[in-house]
Amino acid sequence: MRDLTLTINGAPVRVAVDERTLLVQLIRDDLRLTGTHVGCDTSQCGACTVLIDGEAIKACAVLAVQAGGTEVVTVEGLAAGEALHPMQAAFREHHGLQCGFCTPGMIVAGIDMVRRLGPQLDEATVRAELEGNLCRCTGYHNIVKAIQAGALAMGGVTAPAVAAE
Amino acid sequence: MFAFAYSRPADLAEALATLAASEEAKPLAGGQTLIPTLKQRLASPSDLVDLSRLAALRGIALADDALTIGAMTRHVEVATSPLVAAHLPALAALAGMIGDPAVRNRGTLGGSVANNDPSADYPAVCLALDAVIVTDRREVPAGDFFTGLFETALEPGELVTAVRFPLGGEGIYEKYPNPASRYAMAGVFVWRGGEEVRVAVTGASQGGVFRWAEAEAALVAEFSPSALDGLRPEADDMIADIHGSGAYRAQLVAVMAKRAVAGLATAR
Repeated sequence: MRDLTLTINGAPVRVAVDERTLLVQLIRDDLRLTGTHVGCDTSQCGACTVLIDGEAIKACAVLAVQAGGTEVVTVEGLAAGEALHPMQAAFREHHGLQCGFCTPGMIVAGIDMVRRLGPQLDEATVRAELEGNLCRCTGYHNIVKAIQAGALAMGGVTAPAVAAE
Repeated sequence: MFAFAYSRPADLAEALATLAASEEAKPLAGGQTLIPTLKQRLASPSDLVDLSRLAALRGIALADDALTIGAMTRHVEVATSPLVAAHLPALAALAGMIGDPAVRNRGTLGGSVANNDPSADYPAVCLALDAVIVTDRREVPAGDFFTGLFETALEPGELVTAVRFPLGGEGIYEKYPNPASRYAMAGVFVWRGGEEVRVAVTGASQGGVFRWAEAEAALVAEFSPSALDGLRPEADDMIADIHGSGAYRAQLVAVMAKRAVAGLATAR
């Protein structure tokens, strides 16, 4: 076991974890933030995608101890109170989901696209960028539309900065 | 996972000392292969030495007609570096084809090279460009570094610190990815400089990355896709699994090689 300090959704967290704990296990099992999902557990589906220091990563392929000292943002940390993050609002507006299992990862991946590529995302870019996020319901069509609209709404402002204000 | 001790040293000397202290200690770079391997209990290191705090292993520098890229430089950084785009655009393109965006945010050049997965992308560009693998104690030409499936010339406790890619000539990487994992089913890097041609193949062979000598000889004689007509690597030497037979992969290698040659021919 080892003591671990990090920031999750803006709040300082100090926990004792086994070195083998995955970041997604810390988030879901220890901190009970169950918006982040485990789909494949083999780094392929992207349901566990969260932000570490603003960058999207797959939390099933990172140890909790590796996140020591970082700022982690999960889907729960995106909204500002009752006001949805623009990317969340766009998924609701464009119905970018059916069962919703992949949605937290999709939203976080969409935010990471805007951080890297800016708010003007064409359809081909969004589809290519989603290669690491699998949806088995929608056929992606509305997810792509939602990310494009969410990106425009974000106007280049990254998620953690919005959430923190 | 089996139990291990975890440390995140602040400097290279401390990292090397921890690695030297136990034969079963393993360096942890981006972890995009190692963590899944640990989860499957396919490895049981005594210690994981997290290299993420070693700033000296990061960065991309241009000097002496070569690009030197630190081992802990992530795929996303190679893929988007203006320096790499200007001097080795095929290397930037290759880095942008690895895994998916979240994996590229995390995975590193040094981790990929040291692991030498038979389907990894970086070993192909290292071989094709005749890169030099720089470690904490010596420099190893790529041709001597990749020794077999998941095998390298690294000694116990030896750490890759950078890879030096010489400039000059031109190259293209063509990859046929597995649609789920994005690993190469066949990836071919073709490089041409003056009269010399190098063809490096990853993803396909049971022995890991290799130089395809027959294709190189044919392309030196005539640099065109048709020069490769009828050529393909030995199917029995290729990987045969649920994703494809050896003959299928041999065919993929030939097609990827032709596409790369066609791309270079039109670039002229």
